[in-house]
Amino acid sequence: MAFLEFNNVRISGIAAGVPSNVASNLLPSDQDNISHDYSPEEYVKTTGVEERRVSRTLTTADLCYAAAERLIKDLAWNKEEIGALIFVSQTPDYVLPATACILQDRLGLSRESFAEDISLGCSGWVYGLSTALGLLGEHNVRKALILCGDAKKRFRVDNQLRDPLFGSAGSATAVEYCVGGESIKFHFGTDGSGFDAIITPDMGSRNPVTLNSFKAEEFEGKTSLRLMTRMKGMDVFSFGITTAPKSVKKLADHFGFDYLDADYYVFHQANMKMNNMIAKKLKLAPDKVPSCMYRFGNTSSASIPLTIVGELKGKFESKPTKFICCGFGVGLSWGTVAFQTNSIVVSELVEVDDLEADKKYVV
Amino acid sequence: MKSLNEFVALFAEQFDETDASEITASTNYHDLDEWSSLIALSVIAMVDEEFDVALKGDDVKNSRTVEDLFNRVIAKQ
Repeated sequence: MAFLEFNNVRISGIAAGVPSNVASNLLPSDQDNISHDYSPEEYVKTTGVEERRVSRTLTTADLCYAAAERLIKDLAWNKEEIGALIFVSQTPDYVLPATACILQDRLGLSRESFAEDISLGCSGWVYGLSTALGLLGEHNVRKALILCGDAKKRFRVDNQLRDPLFGSAGSATAVEYCVGGESIKFHFGTDGSGFDAIITPDMGSRNPVTLNSFKAEEFEGKTSLRLMTRMKGMDVFSFGITTAPKSVKKLADHFGFDYLDADYYVFHQANMKMNNMIAKKLKLAPDKVPSCMYRFGNTSSASIPLTIVGELKGKFESKPTKFICCGFGVGLSWGTVAFQTNSIVVSELVEVDDLEADKKYVV
Repeated sequence: MKSLNEFVALFAEQFDETDASEITASTNYHDLDEWSSLIALSVIAMVDEEFDVALKGDDVKNSRTVEDLFNRVIAKQ
């Protein structure tokens, strides 16, 4: 029973960074892989994704870095006080070292910092948040950052078409030790039997890269290489619509609160059909379920903080506000968190130009 | 528990352009013009709501007729 509860902690601020370059699904270019089986309008109607942010230059670390710099400035935090940095992504800058180590130096954080990468996708923000909160305490780390998202892929062939469902985004979430206030409560779950529902077959130690990795294969009716991520769409859909509502209910039952009392429900932005189904099953009022996929697409682990920044900024920061957030996806892995914010800092969305890509930590 | 006839009616509701009269228990749904991966998602959602069963993609792909799929749903209940 993976329930966790943390006291004397708070979420102090949230920021998100996206590439400034917009790709439209209504006016797709020859770089966009929109099927000829339906029109762009039909695609947009079904998935809910009108446009998303793309870059062939900016990495997840670049987007998270920009979000983190803005958030630290908006919070007026002293960088010396930040004791931990957690980077959650499946698109790190290098196979090794951990991107969190690079970001420690790039952000100018203390050498006396805890830094680690977590390899998770759509459930990642919830996991990263709990890991960071677990480090905080009166005599432990006082302030920590969770940098989380996915962007530029690790592998691409020339002229590879872009998937119109996915967008690039990074995020920064600031947490700190503080006496009192509402506890932050979590439920987590994992089902590794679904390990191949979303998988990149080659490029890890199980299947190292060989010449065979570059041969085209058919997978679910599409041509794919073993270096590309593949998804069993129906399995993932079925998993999402059943698991996410159950996780929300389990969290509320375990901690004895009514899940319908929250002000906002922020789900991982998978696709509109899936998210509408999840909200319907939980009988949530549509105005309490913000969504940003119409303009950013599915942004993996950045989607929950990006939705808060993109859709809720200016609506809740100054008053006590109850959130329930649920991430679910590759692993299979899922997590739900309930927290209350009060005087939280939400930064303006940070738009990152390709020229801002890292130039220093490059070999 | 819902009957095969009720399942066939619920299955047929997932289609927009195909008339319900075209869909019976013995229909091979893969042969229907309107059948697509999007209709398959609607069927998965319907089965989740009405039967509390989480179908896998392979259940939908490997069943041939509406009755085959109904039998898979019942076996998973």
